Amino acid sequence: MANVLVVAEARGGALKKVAFEATTAARTIADASGGQVHAVLVGAPGIAAEASKLGATGADVVHVCEHPALEQFDAEVLAATVAAAAGATAARAIVVGGTAMGQDIAPRVAAKLGVGVAADATEVTMDGDAIVIRHPMATGKVIATLAASGPVAVITVRPGALAVGTEARAGTVQSLAPALDPAASRVKVTKLTTGGGGKLDLAEAPVVVSGGRGLKAPENFKLVEELADAFGNAAVGATRAVTDDGWRPHSDQIGQTGRQVAPNLYVAVGISGAIQHVAGMRNSKTIVAINKDKDAPIFKVADYGIVGDVFEIVPKFTEMVKAARAQR
Amino acid sequence: MKIAVCIKRVPDMGARFKIGADGASIDETGLKFDMSDFDEWAVEAALQLAEKHAGSTVTVISLGPDSVQETLRKALAMGADAAVQLKAESVPAGGFAVAQALAAELKDGGYDLILFGRLAVDSAAGITGPMVAELLGLPCATALCKLDVQGTSATGERQIEGGVEQLAFPLPAVCTIDQGLVVQARYPSLKGIMAAKKKPLASKPAALGGVGVTITKMELPAERAAGRIVGEGADAVPELVRLLQTEAKVL
Repeated sequence: MANVLVVAEARGGALKKVAFEATTAARTIADASGGQVHAVLVGAPGIAAEASKLGATGADVVHVCEHPALEQFDAEVLAATVAAAAGATAARAIVVGGTAMGQDIAPRVAAKLGVGVAADATEVTMDGDAIVIRHPMATGKVIATLAASGPVAVITVRPGALAVGTEARAGTVQSLAPALDPAASRVKVTKLTTGGGGKLDLAEAPVVVSGGRGLKAPENFKLVEELADAFGNAAVGATRAVTDDGWRPHSDQIGQTGRQVAPNLYVAVGISGAIQHVAGMRNSKTIVAINKDKDAPIFKVADYGIVGDVFEIVPKFTEMVKAARAQR
Repeated sequence: MKIAVCIKRVPDMGARFKIGADGASIDETGLKFDMSDFDEWAVEAALQLAEKHAGSTVTVISLGPDSVQETLRKALAMGADAAVQLKAESVPAGGFAVAQALAAELKDGGYDLILFGRLAVDSAAGITGPMVAELLGLPCATALCKLDVQGTSATGERQIEGGVEQLAFPLPAVCTIDQGLVVQARYPSLKGIMAAKKKPLASKPAALGGVGVTITKMELPAERAAGRIVGEGADAVPELVRLLQTEAKVL
């Protein structure tokens, strides 16, 4: 009987998709030894309403920690609370979504427990008693297999990489007190500014439309935004050249030093396909490239390419995507 | 202000990698090495802070075999004041062993600020910085794209999924540095390179802790199957849309 703890990330009062992906990974680990999945759900009062969704994706117990100060992310409170919950549930593994939040707290929890982190898993399996993860490293050019041993394994899972399970469990709600008074926390989030209304998160969007220098000027990014809007479920990304020039925020950068995404569909508009960019999107299921240079390296990774002027092709593509979606 | 920057020597990511004979490492033959990108930005951030706050010192620390001395010398040539090599045959996975060694070195250093890159581009885990903070009992702000120090406190900004968080925290603290905090890391000048030869570089054994996470295998990813050019110009769009609907089934 080995229990698994999952940290279910919520933002703005709602669970993030990665919380369900992490819960599913936790289920895989727990099932190998007949253990239970315990989820930790932290947020402002009212967050308990989200608990049943965790039950629906495989959590046996949901430990809900509500506190007015936890409207904002608080790494110190969260890390302390998760470490305490790991002890209380005799967890042999802790699974955390590898978001900005998860990357922040997972190493702290691990250090509190005196173990390492198996980070950024794109696959989580069991090999007998050992938890085995696959992790793309060196900008995705090498895939490492890591085994986590020790009394407790701390794992982060790459957002969007793992499937969400449908095996429902009880999801029994228990209340959990913060293990640290939020007033004592030293690092304070003084302000959270969210991106444009309803804009999809790159890590969660099933479609990503990215633009590069081929768009020639920042105002032409509206072509990319319009195409993303036409898909209805797309986030907008960019190359480093474009974010370095201030056309787009650094948070939109896809690549070696930016975000790594693996959507169902990746559309590269006016992107040459430098290796640093490809490192961030090569695991996308289907890749479309539109570029004027037929020899651009992006066509080597693209499933479908169109050679030509993005200013002619993209508006037509937008129009036809809209029409195709309207027909469904 | 006393600043420490922990840096890692990594292979050039432009290379075509080969797997080592043990099947669980990268074959280093013929690879070029340099400081991890994020660590360069962290060194640059430290140097800029030191320039703003008179009387500051910047110490760079790297764990690894003697080859990391070259990386430390580069940081000294950029302008750091002193360097420490924590000698180890290799850098273990999982972060905790390394974090323990770094924490042991940093513990009594009296540093106001300890900087890391957000992640090392080779192992791509991003776990060592927050672990060191936890082991030292210090506040930690990760993935900062802005950092300002005012006396004994600091403010920072970090980009999260779909938003930006502004942070405030007291010093001493550990911070990890993301892209965007500095425009570009400076190149070592000839004068800097000459001066670096005379700067102190200490070498001592790394007090590596337990591991817990081991790399059991490394492999190269499957190549993507060759794609096709659907056509040229806007006339190719109907065929692309048809393929996305019927073949890729993503529309």
